[in-house]
Amino acid sequence: MGQTIIEKIFSKHAGKNVAANEIVIAEIDFCLGQDGTSGIVIDSFKKMNATRVFDSKKMAVIIDHSSPSPNSGVSAIHKKIRDFSLQQKLQFFDVGQGVCHQLVPERGFVVPGDLVVGADSHTCTYGALNVAATGMGSTDVAACAATGRNWFKVPESIKFICNGKLPKGVYSKDLILFLIGQVGADGATYMSCEYTGPAINNLSVDARFTISNMAIEMGAKFGLMECDKKTLDWVKKHSRKKFLCQSADPDAKYFRTLIFDVSKLEPQVAKPHQVDNVCPVREVAGTEIAQGFIGTCTNGRVEDFGIAAKILKGKKIKKGVRLIVAPASNWILKETMKKGYIDTLLDAGATLVTPGCGPCVGTHNGVPSDNENVISTANRNFKGRMGNPNAFIYLASPATVAASVITGKITDPRKHLK
Amino acid sequence: MIFQGKARRFSQDNDINTDYIISGRYKFKIQDPNELATHVMEDLDPGFFQRRQDGDFIVAGRNFGCGSSREQAPQAIKYARISAVMAKSFARIFYRNAFNIGLPLIECDTDQIKDGDELKLDLAKGVVTNITQNKDIKIKPLPPVMLSLLQDGGLVEHIKKHHGFNL
Ligand code: SF4
Repeated sequence: MGQTIIEKIFSKHAGKNVAANEIVIAEIDFCLGQDGTSGIVIDSFKKMNATRVFDSKKMAVIIDHSSPSPNSGVSAIHKKIRDFSLQQKLQFFDVGQGVCHQLVPERGFVVPGDLVVGADSHTCTYGALNVAATGMGSTDVAACAATGRNWFKVPESIKFICNGKLPKGVYSKDLILFLIGQVGADGATYMSCEYTGPAINNLSVDARFTISNMAIEMGAKFGLMECDKKTLDWVKKHSRKKFLCQSADPDAKYFRTLIFDVSKLEPQVAKPHQVDNVCPVREVAGTEIAQGFIGTCTNGRVEDFGIAAKILKGKKIKKGVRLIVAPASNWILKETMKKGYIDTLLDAGATLVTPGCGPCVGTHNGVPSDNENVISTANRNFKGRMGNPNAFIYLASPATVAASVITGKITDPRKHLK
Repeated sequence: MIFQGKARRFSQDNDINTDYIISGRYKFKIQDPNELATHVMEDLDPGFFQRRQDGDFIVAGRNFGCGSSREQAPQAIKYARISAVMAKSFARIFYRNAFNIGLPLIECDTDQIKDGDELKLDLAKGVVTNITQNKDIKIKPLPPVMLSLLQDGGLVEHIKKHHGFNL
Protein backbone atom coordinates (compact mmCIF):
# COMPACT_ATOMS: atom_id res chain seq x y z
CA MET A 1 0.00 0.00 0.00
CA GLY A 2 1.10 3.55 -0.68
CA GLN A 3 2.76 5.65 2.01
CA THR A 4 2.42 9.22 3.21
CA ILE A 5 5.52 11.42 3.54
CA ILE A 6 5.79 10.73 7.25
CA GLU A 7 5.42 6.95 6.82
CA LYS A 8 8.30 7.06 4.35
CA ILE A 9 10.55 9.09 6.61
CA PHE A 10 9.86 6.82 9.59
CA SER A 11 10.41 3.71 7.48
CA LYS A 12 13.83 5.06 6.54
CA HIS A 13 14.74 5.87 10.13
CA ALA A 14 13.35 2.73 11.75
CA GLY A 15 15.01 0.45 9.22
CA LYS A 16 11.76 -1.28 8.24
CA ASN A 17 8.53 -0.50 6.45
CA VAL A 18 6.09 1.09 8.87
CA ALA A 19 2.55 2.44 8.69
CA ALA A 20 0.49 4.90 10.73
CA ASN A 21 -0.18 4.04 14.39
CA GLU A 22 2.82 1.72 14.71
CA ILE A 23 5.22 2.44 17.56
CA VAL A 24 8.82 2.54 16.37
CA ILE A 25 12.26 3.24 17.73
CA ALA A 26 13.93 5.51 15.20
CA GLU A 27 17.38 7.02 14.70
CA ILE A 28 17.35 10.80 14.71
CA ASP A 29 19.44 13.04 12.46
CA PHE A 30 19.52 16.12 14.67
CA CYS A 31 18.25 17.43 18.00
CA LEU A 32 18.15 20.82 19.69
CA GLY A 33 17.20 22.76 22.76
CA GLN A 34 16.75 26.42 23.67
CA ASP A 35 17.39 28.37 26.86
CA GLY A 36 13.93 27.78 28.30
CA THR A 37 14.19 24.00 27.96
CA SER A 38 17.87 23.03 27.86
CA GLY A 39 18.37 23.34 31.62
CA ILE A 40 16.09 20.34 32.14
CA VAL A 41 17.62 18.57 29.10
CA ILE A 42 20.98 18.74 30.87
CA ASP A 43 19.55 17.62 34.24
CA SER A 44 17.77 14.65 32.67
CA PHE A 45 20.82 13.76 30.55
CA LYS A 46 22.94 13.59 33.69
CA LYS A 47 20.30 11.68 35.64
CA MET A 48 20.35 9.08 32.84
CA ASN A 49 24.03 8.61 33.71
CA ALA A 50 24.95 9.78 30.20
CA THR A 51 28.31 11.46 29.79
CA ARG A 52 28.71 12.31 26.09
CA VAL A 53 26.12 13.53 23.58
CA PHE A 54 25.69 10.80 20.94
CA ASP A 55 27.20 13.05 18.24
CA SER A 56 28.24 16.60 19.11
CA LYS A 57 27.72 17.77 15.51
CA LYS A 58 24.12 16.62 15.65
CA MET A 59 22.92 18.68 18.56
CA ALA A 60 22.38 22.43 18.74
CA VAL A 61 21.74 24.57 21.80
CA ILE A 62 20.45 28.08 21.20
CA ILE A 63 20.07 30.93 23.69
CA ASP A 64 17.15 32.81 22.18
CA HIS A 65 14.16 33.00 24.53
CA SER A 66 15.54 35.54 26.99
CA SER A 67 18.53 36.88 25.17
CA PRO A 68 20.50 38.76 26.37
CA SER A 69 19.54 37.79 29.90
CA PRO A 70 17.11 40.17 31.65
CA ASN A 71 17.88 39.01 35.23
CA SER A 72 20.20 36.94 37.37
CA GLY A 73 17.93 33.87 37.49
CA VAL A 74 18.03 33.60 33.70
CA SER A 75 21.77 34.31 33.68
CA ALA A 76 22.34 31.30 35.91
CA ILE A 77 20.43 29.06 33.48
CA HIS A 78 22.35 30.55 30.55
CA LYS A 79 25.66 29.85 32.24
CA LYS A 80 24.69 26.26 32.93
CA ILE A 81 23.74 25.56 29.31
CA ARG A 82 26.66 27.54 27.90
CA ASP A 83 29.13 25.53 29.99
CA PHE A 84 27.53 22.23 29.01
CA SER A 85 27.41 23.11 25.30
CA LEU A 86 31.05 24.20 25.19
CA GLN A 87 32.22 21.24 27.20
CA GLN A 88 30.32 18.83 24.91
CA LYS A 89 31.45 20.79 21.80
CA LEU A 90 27.86 21.16 20.58
CA GLN A 91 26.61 23.51 17.86
CA PHE A 92 26.16 26.37 20.26
CA PHE A 93 24.54 29.77 19.59
CA ASP A 94 24.92 32.37 22.29
CA VAL A 95 22.81 35.50 22.87
CA GLY A 96 22.02 37.59 19.81
CA GLN A 97 22.52 34.92 17.14
CA GLY A 98 18.81 34.42 16.57
CA VAL A 99 15.77 32.19 17.08
CA CYS A 100 16.46 28.44 17.08
CA HIS A 101 13.98 27.70 14.27
CA GLN A 102 15.65 30.19 11.99
CA LEU A 103 19.22 29.19 12.85
CA VAL A 104 18.84 25.43 12.51
CA PRO A 105 17.74 25.47 8.84
CA GLU A 106 19.74 28.63 7.98
CA ARG A 107 22.99 27.00 9.09
CA GLY A 108 22.23 23.90 7.04
CA PHE A 109 21.90 21.45 9.95
CA VAL A 110 18.72 19.88 8.60
CA VAL A 111 17.95 18.70 5.07
CA PRO A 112 14.97 17.02 3.33
CA GLY A 113 14.10 13.55 4.56
CA ASP A 114 15.70 14.09 8.00
CA LEU A 115 14.10 13.18 11.33
CA VAL A 116 14.63 15.94 13.89
CA VAL A 117 13.56 16.42 17.51
CA GLY A 118 13.68 19.73 19.36
CA ALA A 119 12.89 20.81 22.91
CA ASP A 120 10.60 23.48 21.54
CA SER A 121 7.11 23.04 20.19
CA HIS A 122 7.71 25.00 16.96
CA THR A 123 10.41 22.59 15.79
CA CYS A 124 7.80 21.54 13.19
CA THR A 125 8.90 24.68 11.23
CA TYR A 126 11.46 22.69 9.21
CA GLY A 127 8.63 20.65 7.67
CA ALA A 128 8.63 23.32 4.96
CA LEU A 129 11.92 21.76 3.83
CA ASN A 130 10.48 18.23 3.83
CA VAL A 131 12.11 17.58 7.22
CA ALA A 132 10.16 15.46 9.73
CA ALA A 133 10.78 17.74 12.70
CA THR A 134 8.80 17.77 15.90
CA GLY A 135 8.83 19.32 19.35
CA MET A 136 9.20 17.19 22.46
CA GLY A 137 9.87 17.80 26.11
CA SER A 138 13.29 18.18 27.65
CA THR A 139 13.55 14.63 28.97
CA ASP A 140 12.71 13.21 25.54
CA VAL A 141 15.39 15.39 23.99
CA ALA A 142 17.81 14.27 26.70
CA ALA A 143 17.07 10.67 25.68
CA CYS A 144 17.85 11.63 22.05
CA ALA A 145 21.07 13.34 23.12
CA ALA A 146 22.12 10.31 25.14
CA THR A 147 21.18 7.57 22.67
CA GLY A 148 20.67 9.16 19.23
CA ARG A 149 17.22 7.60 19.15
CA ASN A 150 13.73 7.83 20.56
CA TRP A 151 10.39 6.12 20.35
CA PHE A 152 7.65 7.49 18.13
CA LYS A 153 4.12 6.63 17.21
CA VAL A 154 3.90 6.98 13.42
CA PRO A 155 1.11 9.51 12.99
CA GLU A 156 -1.79 9.47 10.60
CA SER A 157 -1.81 12.29 8.07
CA ILE A 158 -4.16 15.10 7.09
CA LYS A 159 -3.73 16.54 3.64
CA PHE A 160 -4.48 20.22 3.01
CA ILE A 161 -4.79 20.91 -0.72
CA CYS A 162 -4.63 24.65 -1.35
CA ASN A 163 -5.78 25.58 -4.83
CA GLY A 164 -5.72 28.96 -6.53
CA LYS A 165 -3.42 31.91 -5.92
CA LEU A 166 -3.35 34.16 -2.85
CA PRO A 167 -4.65 37.64 -3.74
CA LYS A 168 -2.49 40.76 -3.32
CA GLY A 169 -2.08 41.75 0.34
CA VAL A 170 -2.85 38.21 1.51
CA TYR A 171 0.10 36.14 2.69
CA SER A 172 1.05 32.70 3.96
CA LYS A 173 0.28 33.87 7.53
CA ASP A 174 -3.29 34.65 6.52
CA LEU A 175 -3.56 31.23 4.90
CA ILE A 176 -2.34 29.30 7.93
CA LEU A 177 -4.49 31.35 10.33
CA PHE A 178 -7.46 30.56 8.10
CA LEU A 179 -6.65 26.82 8.08
CA ILE A 180 -6.28 26.77 11.89
CA GLY A 181 -9.62 28.56 12.19
CA GLN A 182 -11.16 25.90 9.98
CA VAL A 183 -9.91 22.82 11.84
CA GLY A 184 -9.53 24.23 15.39
CA ALA A 185 -6.78 24.08 18.01
CA ASP A 186 -7.05 20.30 18.29
CA GLY A 187 -8.11 19.59 14.70
CA ALA A 188 -4.87 17.77 13.88
CA THR A 189 -3.79 16.44 17.29
CA TYR A 190 -1.09 13.80 16.88
CA MET A 191 -1.31 14.06 13.07
CA SER A 192 1.16 14.86 10.37
CA CYS A 193 -0.13 17.69 8.17
CA GLU A 194 0.82 17.65 4.51
CA TYR A 195 0.36 20.98 2.79
CA THR A 196 0.18 20.85 -0.96
CA GLY A 197 -1.35 22.44 -4.05
CA PRO A 198 -0.57 25.37 -6.36
CA ALA A 199 -1.04 28.01 -3.64
CA ILE A 200 1.74 26.37 -1.59
CA ASN A 201 4.02 25.89 -4.61
CA ASN A 202 3.66 29.59 -5.38
CA LEU A 203 5.10 30.62 -2.00
CA SER A 204 8.76 31.38 -1.32
CA VAL A 205 10.58 29.14 1.15
CA ASP A 206 10.46 31.98 3.72
CA ALA A 207 6.67 32.09 3.40
CA ARG A 208 6.39 28.31 3.60
CA PHE A 209 8.19 28.25 6.97
CA THR A 210 5.34 30.37 8.38
CA ILE A 211 2.84 27.65 7.49
CA SER A 212 4.80 24.67 8.79
CA ASN A 213 5.67 26.65 11.94
CA MET A 214 2.02 26.85 12.97
CA ALA A 215 1.12 23.16 12.44
CA ILE A 216 1.41 22.75 16.22
CA GLU A 217 -1.33 25.34 16.72
CA MET A 218 -3.78 22.72 15.45
CA GLY A 219 -2.14 20.09 17.61
CA ALA A 220 -0.11 18.50 14.81
CA LYS A 221 3.14 16.65 15.28
CA PHE A 222 4.54 17.47 11.84
CA GLY A 223 3.74 20.06 9.15
CA LEU A 224 5.28 18.74 5.96
CA MET A 225 5.68 19.93 2.40
CA GLU A 226 7.11 18.13 -0.61
CA CYS A 227 10.29 19.32 -2.31
CA ASP A 228 10.24 21.40 -5.46
CA LYS A 229 12.87 23.46 -7.25
CA LYS A 230 12.61 26.27 -4.69
CA THR A 231 13.27 23.81 -1.85
CA LEU A 232 16.28 22.31 -3.60
CA ASP A 233 17.79 25.70 -4.42
CA TRP A 234 17.30 26.86 -0.84
CA VAL A 235 18.76 23.73 0.74
CA LYS A 236 21.79 23.66 -1.57
CA LYS A 237 22.49 27.30 -0.77
CA HIS A 238 22.47 26.60 2.98
CA SER A 239 23.80 23.08 3.43
CA ARG A 240 26.37 20.69 2.07
CA LYS A 241 24.73 17.62 3.61
CA LYS A 242 23.48 14.88 1.29
CA PHE A 243 19.73 14.36 1.22
CA LEU A 244 16.83 12.50 -0.29
CA CYS A 245 13.42 14.16 -0.64
CA GLN A 246 10.38 12.12 0.31
CA SER A 247 7.01 12.48 -1.37
CA ALA A 248 3.68 10.78 -0.77
CA ASP A 249 2.53 7.90 -2.96
CA PRO A 250 -0.60 8.55 -5.04
CA ASP A 251 -2.44 5.80 -3.16
CA ALA A 252 -1.29 6.86 0.32
CA LYS A 253 -3.99 6.73 2.98
CA TYR A 254 -5.08 9.92 4.73
CA PHE A 255 -7.15 10.40 7.87
CA ARG A 256 -8.71 13.38 6.14
CA THR A 257 -8.21 15.42 2.98
CA LEU A 258 -9.32 19.04 2.97
CA ILE A 259 -9.48 21.10 -0.20
CA PHE A 260 -9.54 24.90 -0.21
CA ASP A 261 -9.63 27.53 -2.91
CA VAL A 262 -7.58 30.43 -1.58
CA SER A 263 -8.08 32.88 -4.43
CA LYS A 264 -10.69 34.89 -2.53
CA LEU A 265 -9.05 34.73 0.90
CA GLU A 266 -8.93 38.00 2.85
CA PRO A 267 -6.32 39.05 5.44
CA GLN A 268 -6.99 37.17 8.69
CA VAL A 269 -6.42 37.73 12.41
CA ALA A 270 -6.54 35.42 15.42
CA LYS A 271 -8.34 37.22 18.24
CA PRO A 272 -7.46 36.85 21.94
CA HIS A 273 -6.85 34.41 23.62
CA GLN A 274 -6.93 31.45 21.22
CA VAL A 275 -5.05 30.87 17.99
CA ASP A 276 -8.11 29.24 16.41
CA ASN A 277 -10.28 32.28 17.21
CA VAL A 278 -9.84 33.48 13.62
CA CYS A 279 -11.78 36.00 11.54
CA PRO A 280 -11.12 38.29 8.56
CA VAL A 281 -9.35 41.55 9.50
CA ARG A 282 -12.48 43.37 8.30
CA GLU A 283 -14.47 42.13 11.30
CA VAL A 284 -12.13 43.69 13.89
CA ALA A 285 -10.88 46.63 11.81
CA GLY A 286 -10.85 49.81 13.90
CA THR A 287 -9.93 48.07 17.16
CA GLU A 288 -7.38 50.31 18.88
CA ILE A 289 -3.89 48.90 19.40
CA ALA A 290 -1.05 50.09 21.62
CA GLN A 291 1.79 47.96 20.29
CA GLY A 292 2.82 46.12 17.14
CA PHE A 293 5.43 43.38 17.00
CA ILE A 294 7.14 42.01 13.89
CA GLY A 295 9.46 39.09 14.44
CA THR A 296 9.55 35.48 15.77
CA CYS A 297 10.14 32.10 14.16
CA THR A 298 6.80 32.60 12.37
CA ASN A 299 7.36 35.93 10.64
CA GLY A 300 10.78 37.38 11.40
CA ARG A 301 12.42 36.66 8.03
CA VAL A 302 13.83 38.93 5.33
CA GLU A 303 10.70 38.79 3.19
CA ASP A 304 8.53 39.74 6.19
CA PHE A 305 10.55 42.90 6.87
CA GLY A 306 10.44 43.70 3.15
CA ILE A 307 6.64 43.62 3.24
CA ALA A 308 6.50 45.76 6.38
CA ALA A 309 9.06 48.25 5.01
CA LYS A 310 7.08 48.67 1.81
CA ILE A 311 3.99 49.68 3.78
CA LEU A 312 5.87 51.89 6.27
CA LYS A 313 8.09 53.65 3.70
CA GLY A 314 7.79 57.40 4.21
CA LYS A 315 5.13 56.91 6.90
CA LYS A 316 5.14 57.42 10.65
CA ILE A 317 3.83 55.15 13.37
CA LYS A 318 0.89 56.77 15.13
CA LYS A 319 1.85 58.77 18.20
CA GLY A 320 1.38 56.73 21.37
CA VAL A 321 1.80 53.41 19.53
CA ARG A 322 4.99 51.30 19.67
CA LEU A 323 6.35 49.02 16.97
CA ILE A 324 8.93 46.47 18.08
CA VAL A 325 10.92 44.57 15.48
CA ALA A 326 13.13 41.54 16.14
CA PRO A 327 14.83 39.91 13.14
CA ALA A 328 14.84 36.13 13.58
CA SER A 329 18.62 35.91 13.19
CA ASN A 330 21.77 37.94 13.03
CA TRP A 331 22.08 37.07 9.34
CA ILE A 332 18.54 38.34 8.73
CA LEU A 333 19.37 41.54 10.58
CA LYS A 334 22.36 42.10 8.29
CA GLU A 335 20.39 41.29 5.13
CA THR A 336 17.52 43.59 6.09
CA MET A 337 20.03 46.34 6.85
CA LYS A 338 21.65 45.89 3.43
CA LYS A 339 18.28 46.12 1.76
CA GLY A 340 17.43 49.28 3.66
CA TYR A 341 14.41 47.76 5.42
CA ILE A 342 15.70 48.46 8.90
CA ASP A 343 16.36 52.12 7.99
CA THR A 344 12.81 52.46 6.73
CA LEU A 345 11.35 50.88 9.86
CA LEU A 346 13.49 52.99 12.19
CA ASP A 347 12.57 56.15 10.28
CA ALA A 348 8.93 55.27 10.78
CA GLY A 349 9.59 55.08 14.52
CA ALA A 350 10.16 51.35 15.15
CA THR A 351 12.25 49.96 18.01
CA LEU A 352 14.83 47.35 17.02
CA VAL A 353 15.60 44.61 19.56
CA THR A 354 18.14 41.76 19.59
CA PRO A 355 17.71 38.93 17.08
CA GLY A 356 15.93 36.19 19.01
CA CYS A 357 12.48 35.56 20.38
CA GLY A 358 12.11 39.13 21.58
CA PRO A 359 8.83 39.81 23.36
CA CYS A 360 7.10 36.72 21.85
CA VAL A 361 7.14 34.75 25.06
CA GLY A 362 6.94 37.56 27.58
CA THR A 363 10.37 37.37 29.11
CA HIS A 364 11.49 40.93 28.26
CA ASN A 365 11.74 43.54 25.48
CA GLY A 366 8.17 44.76 25.25
CA VAL A 367 5.72 43.49 27.85
CA PRO A 368 2.35 45.24 27.26
CA SER A 369 0.53 46.97 30.11
CA ASP A 370 -2.92 46.08 31.45
CA ASN A 371 -5.82 46.27 28.98
CA GLU A 372 -3.56 47.05 26.03
CA ASN A 373 -4.16 45.45 22.67
CA VAL A 374 -1.14 44.17 20.79
CA ILE A 375 -1.00 43.12 17.15
CA SER A 376 1.79 40.64 16.53
CA THR A 377 3.21 38.40 13.82
CA ALA A 378 3.87 35.61 16.36
CA ASN A 379 2.16 32.24 16.50
CA ARG A 380 0.48 32.34 19.91
CA ASN A 381 -1.91 34.79 21.57
CA PHE A 382 -2.58 32.94 24.82
CA LYS A 383 -3.46 35.00 27.84
CA GLY A 384 -0.22 36.16 29.45
CA ARG A 385 1.89 35.06 26.50
CA MET A 386 3.71 38.37 26.16
CA GLY A 387 4.19 38.66 29.91
CA ASN A 388 0.92 40.26 31.04
CA PRO A 389 -2.26 38.21 31.51
CA ASN A 390 -4.31 41.42 31.38
CA ALA A 391 -3.26 42.32 27.81
CA PHE A 392 -4.90 41.19 24.56
CA ILE A 393 -2.95 39.78 21.63
CA TYR A 394 -4.10 39.68 18.00
CA LEU A 395 -2.07 37.62 15.51
CA ALA A 396 -1.70 38.73 11.92
CA SER A 397 0.64 39.02 8.93
CA PRO A 398 3.54 41.51 8.87
CA ALA A 399 1.52 43.60 6.38
CA THR A 400 -1.47 43.85 8.72
CA VAL A 401 0.78 44.74 11.67
CA ALA A 402 2.57 47.43 9.62
CA ALA A 403 -0.70 48.95 8.40
CA SER A 404 -2.15 48.88 11.92
CA VAL A 405 0.70 50.75 13.62
CA ILE A 406 0.27 53.62 11.13
CA THR A 407 -3.37 54.14 12.03
CA GLY A 408 -3.22 52.90 15.64
CA LYS A 409 -6.12 50.62 14.82
CA ILE A 410 -6.36 47.15 13.34
CA THR A 411 -6.24 47.88 9.62
CA ASP A 412 -6.67 45.90 6.42
CA PRO A 413 -3.25 46.20 4.73
CA ARG A 414 -4.67 46.13 1.22
CA LYS A 415 -5.55 49.82 1.48
CA HIS A 416 -1.87 50.58 2.07
CA LEU A 417 -0.55 48.55 -0.85
CA LYS A 418 -1.90 50.58 -3.76
CA MET B 1 -1.63 2.18 41.55
CA ILE B 2 -4.61 3.69 43.38
CA PHE B 3 -5.16 7.42 43.96
CA GLN B 4 -7.88 9.28 45.83
CA GLY B 5 -8.71 12.97 46.01
CA LYS B 6 -11.04 15.77 44.97
CA ALA B 7 -11.79 16.91 41.43
CA ARG B 8 -10.61 20.42 40.56
CA ARG B 9 -12.17 22.07 37.52
CA PHE B 10 -11.56 25.52 36.02
CA SER B 11 -13.65 28.30 34.49
CA GLN B 12 -12.24 27.21 31.13
CA ASP B 13 -12.78 23.59 30.19
CA ASN B 14 -11.25 22.98 26.77
CA ASP B 15 -7.82 23.92 25.37
CA ILE B 16 -6.16 24.63 28.72
CA ASN B 17 -2.69 25.48 27.41
CA THR B 18 0.77 25.15 28.92
CA ASP B 19 1.01 28.94 29.40
CA TYR B 20 -1.94 28.69 31.79
CA ILE B 21 -0.48 25.67 33.54
CA ILE B 22 2.77 27.54 34.17
CA SER B 23 3.38 30.98 32.73
CA GLY B 24 6.55 31.86 30.78
CA ARG B 25 7.03 34.61 33.36
CA TYR B 26 8.14 31.96 35.83
CA LYS B 27 9.51 29.09 33.83
CA PHE B 28 12.56 30.99 32.66
CA LYS B 29 13.39 32.38 36.08
CA ILE B 30 12.64 29.60 38.51
CA GLN B 31 14.56 26.34 38.45
CA ASP B 32 13.23 24.83 41.66
CA PRO B 33 10.18 22.69 40.76
CA ASN B 34 8.67 23.10 44.24
CA GLU B 35 8.71 26.86 43.87
CA LEU B 36 7.41 26.63 40.30
CA ALA B 37 4.50 24.53 41.56
CA THR B 38 3.23 27.40 43.70
CA HIS B 39 2.35 29.25 40.46
CA VAL B 40 0.51 26.35 38.82
CA MET B 41 -2.66 27.43 36.93
CA GLU B 42 -2.18 30.96 38.25
CA ASP B 43 -3.24 32.93 35.15
CA LEU B 44 -6.46 30.95 34.83
CA ASP B 45 -7.30 30.54 38.51
CA PRO B 46 -5.30 32.80 40.88
CA GLY B 47 -4.83 31.14 44.27
CA PHE B 48 -5.32 27.64 42.88
CA PHE B 49 -2.18 26.34 44.55
CA GLN B 50 -3.31 27.54 47.98
CA ARG B 51 -6.76 26.00 47.53
CA ARG B 52 -5.82 22.59 46.14
CA GLN B 53 -4.95 19.71 48.45
CA ASP B 54 -2.40 16.94 48.14
CA GLY B 55 -3.74 14.11 46.02
CA ASP B 56 -6.37 16.17 44.17
CA PHE B 57 -7.11 15.57 40.50
CA ILE B 58 -7.21 18.22 37.79
CA VAL B 59 -10.26 17.60 35.60
CA ALA B 60 -10.85 19.25 32.22
CA GLY B 61 -12.41 18.88 28.79
CA ARG B 62 -10.72 18.52 25.41
CA ASN B 63 -7.10 19.21 24.39
CA PHE B 64 -5.57 19.69 27.84
CA GLY B 65 -1.92 20.83 27.69
CA CYS B 66 -1.85 22.34 24.22
CA GLY B 67 0.83 24.86 23.35
CA SER B 68 4.49 24.77 24.22
CA SER B 69 6.76 21.82 24.85
CA ARG B 70 7.75 23.07 28.31
CA GLU B 71 8.22 20.15 30.62
CA GLN B 72 7.79 22.61 33.46
CA ALA B 73 4.04 22.27 32.80
CA PRO B 74 3.56 18.63 33.91
CA GLN B 75 6.35 19.18 36.44
CA ALA B 76 4.48 22.05 38.09
CA ILE B 77 1.36 19.86 38.32
CA LYS B 78 3.28 16.93 39.73
CA TYR B 79 5.12 19.03 42.31
CA ALA B 80 1.81 20.60 43.32
CA ARG B 81 1.09 17.01 44.38
CA ILE B 82 -1.82 16.51 41.99
CA SER B 83 -2.27 12.73 41.55
CA ALA B 84 -3.34 12.74 37.92
CA VAL B 85 -5.03 14.84 35.26
CA MET B 86 -8.31 13.64 33.76
CA ALA B 87 -9.54 15.05 30.46
CA LYS B 88 -11.44 14.06 27.35
CA SER B 89 -8.23 14.43 25.33
CA PHE B 90 -4.66 15.67 25.72
CA ALA B 91 -2.25 17.54 23.47
CA ARG B 92 0.54 15.34 22.19
CA ILE B 93 3.75 16.86 23.58
CA PHE B 94 2.22 17.36 27.01
CA TYR B 95 1.06 13.74 26.95
CA ARG B 96 4.57 12.37 26.43
CA ASN B 97 6.11 14.81 28.88
CA ALA B 98 3.75 13.83 31.66
CA PHE B 99 4.45 10.11 31.38
CA ASN B 100 8.17 10.77 30.99
CA ILE B 101 8.19 12.38 34.43
CA GLY B 102 5.72 9.90 35.93
CA LEU B 103 2.50 11.96 36.03
CA PRO B 104 -0.46 9.81 34.93
CA LEU B 105 -2.95 11.30 32.43
CA ILE B 106 -6.37 9.74 32.21
CA GLU B 107 -8.63 9.99 29.19
CA CYS B 108 -12.26 9.55 30.13
CA ASP B 109 -15.70 11.14 29.90
CA THR B 110 -15.13 14.02 32.30
CA ASP B 111 -18.68 15.35 31.81
CA GLN B 112 -19.58 12.96 34.63
CA ILE B 113 -17.33 14.77 37.10
CA LYS B 114 -18.21 17.99 38.94
CA ASP B 115 -15.83 20.36 40.69
CA GLY B 116 -15.26 19.08 44.24
CA ASP B 117 -16.39 15.48 43.57
CA GLU B 118 -14.43 12.87 45.55
CA LEU B 119 -12.71 10.50 43.08
CA LYS B 120 -10.79 7.24 43.29
CA LEU B 121 -8.56 6.19 40.40
CA ASP B 122 -7.53 2.56 40.01
CA LEU B 123 -4.96 2.43 37.21
CA ALA B 124 -4.66 -1.35 37.14
CA LYS B 125 -8.42 -1.84 36.86
CA GLY B 126 -8.77 1.08 34.44
CA VAL B 127 -11.58 2.75 36.31
CA VAL B 128 -12.37 6.03 38.02
CA THR B 129 -14.94 5.86 40.81
CA ASN B 130 -16.88 9.03 41.43
CA ILE B 131 -17.53 8.49 45.14
CA THR B 132 -19.70 11.61 45.50
CA GLN B 133 -22.01 10.55 42.69
CA ASN B 134 -21.59 6.84 43.37
CA LYS B 135 -20.71 5.80 39.85
CA ASP B 136 -17.84 4.26 37.89
CA ILE B 137 -16.34 5.88 34.83
CA LYS B 138 -14.38 3.78 32.37
CA ILE B 139 -11.00 5.12 31.32
CA LYS B 140 -9.29 4.68 27.97
CA PRO B 141 -6.66 1.95 28.52
CA LEU B 142 -3.11 3.31 28.66
CA PRO B 143 -0.90 2.39 25.68
CA PRO B 144 1.64 -0.31 26.69
CA VAL B 145 4.54 2.12 26.12
CA MET B 146 3.08 4.54 28.65
CA LEU B 147 2.47 1.78 31.17
CA SER B 148 6.06 0.55 30.95
CA LEU B 149 7.35 4.11 31.37
CA LEU B 150 5.13 4.64 34.42
CA GLN B 151 6.18 1.30 35.88
CA ASP B 152 9.87 2.14 35.46
CA GLY B 153 9.20 5.50 37.15
CA GLY B 154 9.55 7.68 34.05
CA LEU B 155 11.87 7.96 31.06
CA VAL B 156 15.03 8.82 32.99
CA GLU B 157 14.72 5.68 35.10
CA HIS B 158 13.81 3.65 32.03
CA ILE B 159 16.96 4.67 30.15
CA LYS B 160 19.10 4.17 33.25
CA LYS B 161 17.68 0.74 33.88
CA HIS B 162 17.92 -0.55 30.31
CA HIS B 163 20.92 1.52 29.14
CA GLY B 164 18.79 2.82 26.29
CA PHE B 165 15.29 2.17 25.02
CA ASN B 166 13.56 -1.09 25.78
CA LEU B 167 9.96 -0.55 24.70
S1 SF4 C 1 10.00 33.17 18.51
FE1 SF4 C 1 8.36 32.73 19.96
S2 SF4 C 1 7.40 30.87 19.19
FE2 SF4 C 1 9.37 31.06 18.15
S3 SF4 C 1 10.81 29.85 19.35
FE3 SF4 C 1 10.88 31.94 20.12
S4 SF4 C 1 9.42 32.03 21.82
FE4 SF4 C 1 8.97 30.20 20.62
